[in-house]
Amino acid sequence: MLIDVHAHFFHDRTPRADWRERNTSRLRAGERIGITIHVASILGSWGRTSPTYFPSPDDITHGNDTLLALQPQHPDRIRGYVCVNPNFTHHAEAEIRRCLAAGLIGIKLAASRRADDRLLDPVCRLAREYRVPVLHHVWQHRRRDWPGQEASDAVELCALARRHPDVRFILAHIGGGGDWQHSLAAVRGVPNVFVDLSGSGVDGGMLEACLATVGVERLLWGADLTLDTGWAKLRYLAHLLGAEQLAAIQWKNAARIFPSGAFPSD
Amino acid sequence: MRIDVNAFLGAYPYRKVPGTSPEAVLAAMDRVGIDEAWVTHLPSLFWRAPAEGNDWLYATTAAYPRLRPVPAVHPGLAGWEEVLSVAATHGVPAVRCDPTFLGIHPAGEEMRVLVAACGTAGLPLMLAVRLEDGRQRHPNDVAPELPPAAVRALIRSDTDVRLVVTHADRGFIEEVHFGSTPDESARIWWDICWIWGPPEDHLETLVRTIGVQRFVFGTGMPLRIPESSVAKLDLLELTPEQRAAIESENVRAITTA
Repeated sequence: MLIDVHAHFFHDRTPRADWRERNTSRLRAGERIGITIHVASILGSWGRTSPTYFPSPDDITHGNDTLLALQPQHPDRIRGYVCVNPNFTHHAEAEIRRCLAAGLIGIKLAASRRADDRLLDPVCRLAREYRVPVLHHVWQHRRRDWPGQEASDAVELCALARRHPDVRFILAHIGGGGDWQHSLAAVRGVPNVFVDLSGSGVDGGMLEACLATVGVERLLWGADLTLDTGWAKLRYLAHLLGAEQLAAIQWKNAARIFPSGAFPSD
Repeated sequence: MRIDVNAFLGAYPYRKVPGTSPEAVLAAMDRVGIDEAWVTHLPSLFWRAPAEGNDWLYATTAAYPRLRPVPAVHPGLAGWEEVLSVAATHGVPAVRCDPTFLGIHPAGEEMRVLVAACGTAGLPLMLAVRLEDGRQRHPNDVAPELPPAAVRALIRSDTDVRLVVTHADRGFIEEVHFGSTPDESARIWWDICWIWGPPEDHLETLVRTIGVQRFVFGTGMPLRIPESSVAKLDLLELTPEQRAAIESENVRAITTA
């Protein structure tokens, strides 16, 4: 069993003419790698009618609807996060209730608002109510503002996690760019923050540092936009760990933090 | 047969990297099935006189025949021609120069003279676009990345030189390849370590649009885990001939052209 906790799909209202090919490619590569479930999110229109990291309510609704339609098309392969923009509080709350009731299994926050902002509290209260994890986009050590997003770093996510100790947070793509050592130092003492291993980064020493800092029990396997690097990290972990520890990262930790029954053999 | 053209020995100055000794690199090669690796002495890339690391590199690789030395040369330092001459006598597969790390213009007069000398000597010249993701570099690690325009300028500056460019992504490769004549682009080889696989399928696209003959297997280890480059190939639908081309046959073309 292998669960990718950080996947994405595209749809017809994005700027990408190749959206079908990319979705097909993810599923095809997933078969090759042995991915049982892709837990995915769709960030609105991916920039076509509102910015990827600041998606409009209408775009968010369409993206979430697309994911809700994909799940039953691939019931044995796809699960989803409901994506919300916390700047639109009422829409976010309504969208979370609607989509979780319809079968999505987590909440995705991108970079529309800093992670330590009070506007995220209503979202987290709903995560606690529905007992679903929150996957938060993170820039590993944001030293300056980056265009196109209000990126958060691990220190800010940890501030949110401390305010909501009963909610499980997933720090997105430790290999997704930036100083992962800064992030690992921040999350070390915050037990409700899990580290997702996705991202294109395959730095020598990164996986050892993840294991040393948060241990096997707080690591989640994922790929994000590069399944090749995800598979590489899995292969490297197989060299570092025994079967039981590897299984924890492959799927058991995910099964523990997502709602009961979210996955086939759960 | 799998040859890694892009590997290093020795410590990295900006963070702790495990497995940098020759023995550890050989163990990593065994782990992922790499038969031979072209290696550079990593610390000396950051020295004022990078060729001072070459003696250690020659001595070390002499003791480990699966490792082949790629010595560094600084064309702005007097005596660089001798460095090139010594490299040739050691039968190296390539020499390397990373101009932005040296603080010299990446397509300036010094580089053009080096390119001409490499062309005359029949020595392929290796250049890295980057060693780490620009978003994670140490605050004091501020050398610019190698620009695509420099590679275009260098390949145009000499009709004999062969370039091996490592750590380039799809956009970089396309810009140089389609910004060069067929004769020019046929003298450039790209290592695959920084090219994305599925679902974006950059490597698959490049193999289709540019041709399998332009790509060589490289990992960037130990700064990067070598499993990544193997996984990229395992996710490609390649014929055995195409896979062999990337993993070893194209390398022979570089070294025997």
